[in-house]
Amino acid sequence: MGRIILDKVTKRFDGVEVIPPLDLIIEDGEFTVFVGPSGCGKSTLLRLIAGLEDVTGGHIEIDGQDVTGVAPAKRRLAMVFQSYALYPHMTVRKNIAFPLRMAKLDRAEINKKVTAAAEVLNLTDYLERRPGLLSGGQRQRVAIGRAIVREPEAFLFDEPLSNLDAALRVEMRLEIGELHKRLATTMIYVTHDQVEAMTMADRIVVLKAGNIEQVGSPLELYTKPRNTFVAGFIGSPSMNLLEGPEVAKHGAKTVGIRPEHLSISDKEGVWSGIIGVSEHLGSDTFFHVKCDAFPNPLTVRASGEVSLHYGQKVFLTPNKTYIHRFGKDGLRIA
Amino acid sequence: MSTTASRSAARVMMAPAVILLLGWMLVPLTMTVWFSFRKFLPLRGGDLGFAGFDNYVRFFTSSAFWPSVYTTLIIVISVLVITVVLGIFLAMLLDQPMWGQGIVRILVIAPFFVMPTVSALLWKNMFMDPVNGLFAHLFKAFGAEPVVWLTDAALPSIIMIVSWQWLPFATLILLTARQSLDSEQLEAAEMDGAPLLKRFWFIVLPHLGRAITVVILIQTIFILSIFAEIFVTTSGAFDTKTLTYLIFQRITDSQNIGLGSAGGVYAIILANIVALFLMRIVGKNLDT
Amino acid sequence: MARTHSPQLKMLTTFAAWSIGLMIFFPILWTILTSFKTEAQAIASPPIFVNFDWTLENYEVVRERSNYMRFLWNSIFIAGGSTLLGVLIAVPAAWSMAFVPSKRTKDILLWMLSTKMLPAVGVLYPLYLIFIELGILDTRLGLIVVLMLINLPIIVWMLYTYFKEIPGEILEAARMDGATLKAEIFYVLMPMAIPGIASTILLNVILAWNEAFWTLNLTAAKAAPLTAFIASYSSPEGLFYAKLSAASTMAIAPILILGWFSQKQLVRGLTFGAVK
Repeated sequence: MGRIILDKVTKRFDGVEVIPPLDLIIEDGEFTVFVGPSGCGKSTLLRLIAGLEDVTGGHIEIDGQDVTGVAPAKRRLAMVFQSYALYPHMTVRKNIAFPLRMAKLDRAEINKKVTAAAEVLNLTDYLERRPGLLSGGQRQRVAIGRAIVREPEAFLFDEPLSNLDAALRVEMRLEIGELHKRLATTMIYVTHDQVEAMTMADRIVVLKAGNIEQVGSPLELYTKPRNTFVAGFIGSPSMNLLEGPEVAKHGAKTVGIRPEHLSISDKEGVWSGIIGVSEHLGSDTFFHVKCDAFPNPLTVRASGEVSLHYGQKVFLTPNKTYIHRFGKDGLRIA
Repeated sequence: MSTTASRSAARVMMAPAVILLLGWMLVPLTMTVWFSFRKFLPLRGGDLGFAGFDNYVRFFTSSAFWPSVYTTLIIVISVLVITVVLGIFLAMLLDQPMWGQGIVRILVIAPFFVMPTVSALLWKNMFMDPVNGLFAHLFKAFGAEPVVWLTDAALPSIIMIVSWQWLPFATLILLTARQSLDSEQLEAAEMDGAPLLKRFWFIVLPHLGRAITVVILIQTIFILSIFAEIFVTTSGAFDTKTLTYLIFQRITDSQNIGLGSAGGVYAIILANIVALFLMRIVGKNLDT
Repeated sequence: MARTHSPQLKMLTTFAAWSIGLMIFFPILWTILTSFKTEAQAIASPPIFVNFDWTLENYEVVRERSNYMRFLWNSIFIAGGSTLLGVLIAVPAAWSMAFVPSKRTKDILLWMLSTKMLPAVGVLYPLYLIFIELGILDTRLGLIVVLMLINLPIIVWMLYTYFKEIPGEILEAARMDGATLKAEIFYVLMPMAIPGIASTILLNVILAWNEAFWTLNLTAAKAAPLTAFIASYSSPEGLFYAKLSAASTMAIAPILILGWFSQKQLVRGLTFGAVK
């Protein structure tokens, strides 16, 4: 069905290679997230799959058919844009109906599908309104509705939640997750927010400068990052990456330890240091500790409310099971 | 976005406009250049053979050439000075809060939309006519002799008419530019103790600099080729023959096409020089 | 400005602005007023301002005797025709420049604008010859073509700027939704661009209506529009002030009204983006 294969896909803009030859397989029904810092090429990759840009080299296959060079309309994909890209001069109904109109369905059929989609997305009351009068969340849903009615092989999402406020973002994350379970269709989702990636994905593709750094399930990326980049990118707050003579003792150039895998005590421990800024979230407390052994402060998570104060001398102990080691090339040492 | 499909579509869609303008530019232009190198007198047999640079030299050395250049320069510079200076003043004035601002704008903008033949005739007959014109009445009311404008002061008359027509353009452009100046700069200057005139000189005027340049360049191009105003009022008499009008006369009155074409080439070169400067500014803006 | 304006300052500015405005507008105002006077009152000394016998006779005379309607119709036909033809050709060109720009796009745009700088007198004779050859001298068609060509750069330019303001993602969404190029332009682009297209049409109809070189030199009896009609008043007829005023008022009235609506477009269309 919606199995997508990228075979040595390359993209050059004005002679600059933004995506070196890239191989990727996205299985049917998977929720795949492309994640990475700005400029890593994730949106470009999405647009290549959509057909909005031509590949400079390589092939793209959807459901067994080579679609390299095929127009977007013919690839049987649907895309939800960051700005929603709703047609401002059409009502919600007409917006959602548009792809069906382009597919030359008859009126009764169109009406049926639009009404169904509107119901699923709670848009029935807004069908006759213009996008200009809708809230951000509602516009989002219309964009999704427009994509759903096409019954595509795969859905493409280009940072759809970036324009929403934090609370709405959490809500929409869940809704999109629900949608995926219900429709069981392949979804490719682009975001720079690794929290979105971790919570929504079946598989995550971490990109940097056009290269795939690692592909795996959220848990895999969390427990076994392939290199320092992925290690520092996944997880919030990010993993502490340490270097120096203290680290060399462990037989690696860089050692990573997550804040949640360090314990802090004012009595005893492996590394001594002084507390700097602390963040009290109620459920957790994060301390930034300046240790003697390392040039940069470490972030430590403590459960609940722990009252240690600024300037206090403390000791940190890493949990041996969760120490990640990386060699000179930045790659993981087993 | 660009895929090969859309890029080839784009090329096809641009084609009609590009082809038409290319033809419009090249075909008559080539013909003019061709004529300029030939002795061509339709009233005396037509094409009389190759003339080399004769026409160019004759046009340049004719006794009417330099006066026409002089006249053209006077008109252009005078109109520019009048419209820009008054335009700045009017733009500043119209930017102030007042009652009925919308209507005042209409009053000031109106002359630009009056067709040149109408403006010229109105001024010629209803204002400047030495017997029945309003100016005549005004002068007589003060006991002075009415001026025979279009004979004794033909050039100033033309300048007056053209300035009247183009003042709205300059005002509108400068007003738009003035309104794009954010008030915070001026407020900061006021806090820094700068009085009104200094604020105008050091902040507003430099900001208007780009707009003033654009107004000057665009108006120059259009004023260089004014035609109807002269055609309808003086027909070039009394020292009002601009370069454009001189060329026109060579073609229509004297029917010396070769000569007129050479003149035409001069005019085209001149216009292109000004256009070059204008396009540089426009080009810079397109990049932003 | 930061200072609060005193009512005295406001009164002063209002007075100054209105005075200057009325002075500038005066010739037009005087013309309109004179058009309603009798000939005798039109040249009365001292000039009569409003206390005259208002009459419509001048309008009637001009309409009947000079075949005014034909000139009017020619103006409408030529100005409207050339603008619409121009829009038809310009829309695809502006689309491609706005949405599929290439490295050459900017240069092509600048080149198009530069063709407008061509001094008309430089190509007068060749055009005259071509027109005779093609048999379109003194025809409305001929003039429509010429006026279309001289305004095409401005039409393309204005449409380009309006199209650039449309978010490209909406057109991409249409493409993803299965729209062909034609559908994308007709169902999505055009409806969104209608205000821009209307503004462009407005300004260019005005420019074509007022054009006074080609309309004077390439027409005679049949295709002459109002510009030429008024020019013919230059000789003795022009001394009949009341009738001249009536003819003039009729010639300029529609454009004055349209012009009021097109101020913003004027800035956009004639400064080529160099002034915002």
